[in-house]
Amino acid sequence: MRDARTASLLQVDDLSITFDDVTVVDHLSLTVNRGETLALVGESGSGKSVSALGAMNLLPPNARVEGRRQLGETDLATLTRRGWRGLRGSRVGFVFQEPMTSLNPLHPIGKQIGETLRLHQGLTGKAARARTRELLEQVKLPRAGELMDAWPHQISGGQRQRVMIAMAIANGPELLIADEPTTALDVTVQQEILALLAELRDAHGMGMLFITHDLNLVRRHADRICVLHGGREQETGPVETVFTHPQSDYTRLLLEAEPEGRPAPVARVAPLLRARGVGVSFPRPTRLFSRRPPPFEAVKPLDLYVAPAETLGIVGESGSGKTTLALALLRLGQGSGEIDFDGIRLDKLTGNALRRQRRSLQVVFQDPYGSLSPRLPVFDIVSEGLRFHHPDLANAEIDRRVRATLREVGLPEACASRYPHEFSGGQRQRIAVARAIILEPRLVVLDEPTSALDRSVQKQLVELLRDLQARHRLSYLFISHDLAVVRAMAHRVLVLKDGEVMEQGDCLQVLEHPSSDYTRALVAAAGLSPRT
Amino acid sequence: MSLLSRDLSPITRRRLAVFRGNRRARVSLWLFAVLFVVSLVAELIANDRPIVMQYLGEWYVPVLVDYPDTEFGGFLPSPADYRDPFIRDEIMANGWMLWPPIPFSYETLDRALDHPAPSPPTTRHWLGTDDQGRDVLARVIYGFRLSVIFALVLTAGSLVLGVLAGGIQGYFGGKVDLIGQRVTEIWSGLPMLFLLIILASLVEPNLWWLLGIMLLFSWLGLVDVVRAEFLRARNLEYVRAARAMGLPSRLIMWRHVLPNAMVATLTFIPFLFTGAITTLTALDFLGFGLPPGSPSLGELVAQGKNNLQAPWLGITAFVTLSVMLSLLVFIGEGLRDAFDPRHIQHAATPTPVPGGRPRSRTDA
Repeated sequence: MRDARTASLLQVDDLSITFDDVTVVDHLSLTVNRGETLALVGESGSGKSVSALGAMNLLPPNARVEGRRQLGETDLATLTRRGWRGLRGSRVGFVFQEPMTSLNPLHPIGKQIGETLRLHQGLTGKAARARTRELLEQVKLPRAGELMDAWPHQISGGQRQRVMIAMAIANGPELLIADEPTTALDVTVQQEILALLAELRDAHGMGMLFITHDLNLVRRHADRICVLHGGREQETGPVETVFTHPQSDYTRLLLEAEPEGRPAPVARVAPLLRARGVGVSFPRPTRLFSRRPPPFEAVKPLDLYVAPAETLGIVGESGSGKTTLALALLRLGQGSGEIDFDGIRLDKLTGNALRRQRRSLQVVFQDPYGSLSPRLPVFDIVSEGLRFHHPDLANAEIDRRVRATLREVGLPEACASRYPHEFSGGQRQRIAVARAIILEPRLVVLDEPTSALDRSVQKQLVELLRDLQARHRLSYLFISHDLAVVRAMAHRVLVLKDGEVMEQGDCLQVLEHPSSDYTRALVAAAGLSPRT
Repeated sequence: MSLLSRDLSPITRRRLAVFRGNRRARVSLWLFAVLFVVSLVAELIANDRPIVMQYLGEWYVPVLVDYPDTEFGGFLPSPADYRDPFIRDEIMANGWMLWPPIPFSYETLDRALDHPAPSPPTTRHWLGTDDQGRDVLARVIYGFRLSVIFALVLTAGSLVLGVLAGGIQGYFGGKVDLIGQRVTEIWSGLPMLFLLIILASLVEPNLWWLLGIMLLFSWLGLVDVVRAEFLRARNLEYVRAARAMGLPSRLIMWRHVLPNAMVATLTFIPFLFTGAITTLTALDFLGFGLPPGSPSLGELVAQGKNNLQAPWLGITAFVTLSVMLSLLVFIGEGLRDAFDPRHIQHAATPTPVPGGRPRSRTDA
């Protein structure tokens, strides 16, 4: 699409944005041409969303935006309130990250699309409905006629994102701003959505500003790339050039941030954890006067084992039952089947006997912001389990162990007296790891420990986890949807889909020569870079 | 409370700042605290016996100690009546007395009235007397203290019961919750006022009876709030992490869930407090409340209604109650706003940055 029409569509020069004297974006210049996708890339807090929102005057009033902004022939800096309203939603379309919250849950989706048509084009009644249907077909929503009257909660995340795209292109915008449009979606759905966006861009000759943190997506779906760090432009250029010959140090760091390496090999010994026929099912509600429907099987009975110092990766998309399975294995959620942990039948234990065993089975959760109690200082968080399981320990000894553990996870000892909110996501996850390993467990369940973190932080955490494994002969049950991280962590993998095991086996074997179609699709979508 | 003994977390500090920023609530809190502290030492302000006195070279503290009549040349072994002209002249002849500013207690009958009771305000009785010749100002001071202490005890009791019941229902959920909720629903269907009225005909109601009966019902309002908070918190990841660590339920509830549930509970307290005062006043007004002779604001309202020719009774009761309840409601509003995250956000914006640089607030 780079022919005669290639002319700059959005032109931003020396854009600076300050919030109450804090500079968030510093002299950024970028150009989006018609028919091309410019990817704005950076880690969280790099100012990528703020610059797009700032250019479109969508920031709260305490932000100050400076610099020249031009959309086609229109000078954005001098636009009035009224002018902006006419521009947004008609000449510029937006697709945001969270498809659930961007749609109003109280209106059917067709009506919400119809609203933008009525506002900008004055279409009403039958005409609006017909156009809405046409738009939904364009974004390849299945059964468009039927789903027009569906409510946002009745359709899946990917379908909701398609509706959002339909709304964004409803008035034939010249520029489409997609702010992390696929971050909340599963990897296989991500590819479909981005392919759709590219197709629509070409069909309508739009320019697209694609904001993301995921370099893998950029490589496949963008034409040019602009790397941001700390509000400053690091590098701009065609995707291939930047990827193969990065100019700035930061870009190089970002490109090398993919977790790499492999876990240390393990000897074949008797398994530490062995589960036979472990399944989880939830009863469905009964309708009045009807028979109880069969229960919903979140995890179909499956067998697995984990050897000492080994990592079993559990891979699957959202809703595949990964976390449910882990909670059942830890006896934190319901489940059936035999769980044998180091010769002890966990499924038969209750009460105090189970609580004593918990010391050797620890867990690290996904969300580093939700998994630490906000009202306790780090010392209390880390020492709590120790105090309960070893009530005979003296305070000085507890203090010593907490400090040693904090040092081990790479945190300064001084942080013991601080509160969780003073730490970044990666540091919080280290605190959660410290809380788990201070009890000297033998198995740690890691439930998506890296998915809320930036790539470079992920890499450090993966290295820390591998290091701890080698030092303490820890076994890991590593739950993730991210194949790159799984490859760097796991000895063996188990692929789950809708609660069913699709494939199980040696990690590299499965990732390089998948035997099931589903795994093949996953591997293709993940776009793993070749192993070095 | 463990919440206060710890170092204040930034969010608590921000809440305090929001509360302090609310001028009406801050002033109300100060006024109420001053009034309450003053009423706590009501015996030194309005009493029918001197605070200290000297008689025949010896010191006496009648406000604290009961001295018999015989000590001061009387004939009876009963406690001395310092307002009796005989005793008074005897003491003044041989020493001195320091009287409180209002020389009447809440139950002192003034027999030297120059008007038939209820007598209008004079310099002797600043707010007049009620229909039994007792000083209204003294009764208001003691009545205020009684109402506030009653409400304090009732609120504390309700807090314990309500948090316990709501916490157990919310944390364990499932069947415990289902049964607990149905029981509380049935329980809250019982009419409290009627029960108190029936009780009043069976036993002589005193402060403790009233407190006990009202406590049986007043915790119900808290259950829903606390239960909802516990229900939400039990699935939070740090609560799960605590369970994975093998901590027992009571420790998890106490250390991890309760501090977060307290926010919703704290905002509820001032309204529980005003509710307790209103109920006590209503019962006294109807005559089913505190035993006769107690300093009660409700009884003052009833007297005002029965003696429309003596407007100082009704006006005093009205002003006292409305000032007290308004102050409490203002404090409650301040607290609620301080705990409301939206207000915190709003208030956080204009506060100066740590560096102390002036902020330019220009619109984009």
